Amino acid sequence: MHPAFSILFFTTLAGAAQGLVFALALAVLFGLELAPGFLGLALGVAEVLLAAGLAASFMHLGRKTRAWRAVLMWRTSWMSREVIVLPAFIALVALWWLSLRAGLGAPWSWLLPLLALGGALLLWYCTAMIYACLRFIEEWAHPLTIVNFTLIGLSSGLVLACAMAALAGEARFLQVFGPFALAATLAAWAARATALRRNAGIRHKSTLQSATGIRTQKLVQKSMGMSAGSFNTREFFHGASLAVLGNMKLGFLLLAFVLPAFLLAWGLTVGGALPWVLAALVQAPGLLAERWFFFAQARHPQNLYYQVVS
Amino acid sequence: MMQWLRDLMTSAPVLPPPPLGEGRGGGIGGATGSLVALKAGVPPPQPSPRGGGSNATQRAEQGETLAKQLALVIDLNVCVGCHACVTSCKQWNTSGSAGPLADERPYAANPTGTFFNRVQIYEAGAFPATETIHFPKSCLHCEDPPCVPVCPTGASYKRKEDGIVLVDYDKCIGCKYCAWACPYGARELDEERQVMTKCTLCVDRIHDEQLPKEDRKPACVKACPTGARLFGDVKDPDSEVSKAIRERGGYQLMPEWETNPANRYLPRRITSSTQELE
Repeated sequence: MHPAFSILFFTTLAGAAQGLVFALALAVLFGLELAPGFLGLALGVAEVLLAAGLAASFMHLGRKTRAWRAVLMWRTSWMSREVIVLPAFIALVALWWLSLRAGLGAPWSWLLPLLALGGALLLWYCTAMIYACLRFIEEWAHPLTIVNFTLIGLSSGLVLACAMAALAGEARFLQVFGPFALAATLAAWAARATALRRNAGIRHKSTLQSATGIRTQKLVQKSMGMSAGSFNTREFFHGASLAVLGNMKLGFLLLAFVLPAFLLAWGLTVGGALPWVLAALVQAPGLLAERWFFFAQARHPQNLYYQVVS
Repeated sequence: MMQWLRDLMTSAPVLPPPPLGEGRGGGIGGATGSLVALKAGVPPPQPSPRGGGSNATQRAEQGETLAKQLALVIDLNVCVGCHACVTSCKQWNTSGSAGPLADERPYAANPTGTFFNRVQIYEAGAFPATETIHFPKSCLHCEDPPCVPVCPTGASYKRKEDGIVLVDYDKCIGCKYCAWACPYGARELDEERQVMTKCTLCVDRIHDEQLPKEDRKPACVKACPTGARLFGDVKDPDSEVSKAIRERGGYQLMPEWETNPANRYLPRRITSSTQELE
């Protein structure tokens, strides 16, 4: 597939925001003492990330003014469900932020974080199912897709939360969630590596023979039926060389998982704000590279029909 | 403004149909064209009356078994790869009420544009015993179309009355998700209109009672000089297409995904006459 930057930015930005909200909600629900200023600021950062993600997702649409229609088919379409859950999650986080500003007590002080927690999980599930439900894109059609969207979002959100906590001097938050951030990053690394291993071993069900029904051993395409490209050649091919693909894989494993894990371990043992902030800065491009590779690695069966120009 | 309010109130799963049959492309070939012009000359073309007297196109539910399923059967024995089906398809569908299909840089080195139908070429076997196979490919109008349930707006749907899979261009948001969900690459985003497009089986032609009966066929079928494209109801056991599928082993593409494509292909076979030629 051709990785669309609108979706890369949307899924990574929203994923990090979800992880951030998830961490803050857990902290509040478990009665961790947070400075109100820090909680409000962190929720504000999550809202900015979500708004940027929403804007990026709009860039993916050919007809942006009709976007509201995408809520209609929630009975059958995972994209429709995501389009409903995303604004609902944004609204929940905004309500939580407002309730802090207004100084509302129970039940809002625990109900809103709890709802935000559920919203974050639901949004990860909806986003991942958009890809995991396409049964013939075999790299995606697996529960690991859901695990990875969730764990990578969790890792990036926790790393971001810890970096902000380190800058704001929230020592208690760092003490509790620092190890969580490291654990989530290591778990995301393990799950993504498992998915990479699985994808490397896929024997695709569709072949040129099943695509055309021509049952000879040797079958080659001589012409895809056009002399220059079409939507089919633009949308479903990444156009990058094998070397780029390999470097991207190595790059995202290093930047999104390995380096942040080392930096987090450094932060946990030595202390100081620098390692946490560095971890968040290093991970950001790694997340984009990971999502790029997620799309580029997926081999759509339609590509069988579009192999040779002549 | 009112239309979208109405859509919201009568939201999924049944949405009002797109207006069909409004506006015509020119006919294919001189004779057809003049007939259309003669017929349409007096009264302007009207939406075709359809079953029940109303134009209420019903949407098929997911997994629903339909009584009628229109489809193409493509005979790989006789397709000569002339691309007449490609150009006639483009001509008819670029002239319809939905507006022209995109043609970007048509006279430059790398022209690109929207087509509902492509003819591909494959070579089977090892030299010198090779065969060249011309392979037309368009939307297969699956009986269980994976592109329909994924559509977030309901723009993509399957008609209950004849099984044609269509896109309502007025509701499409151009998110391309349906194209991802089609294993055959049958859908093409129109880069100028920014909506998803696909083969309509010439729905604005096959039901048009203002056309002479012999012209109520998809443009590609009318244009094929070798008769490689058969059109009809694959659910009717006595139809030409059902007989061809039954008697000549008509098969589906990518059966492994259980989309149950309505279009079939008739496999190439060595007949006595071709053997004599060799």
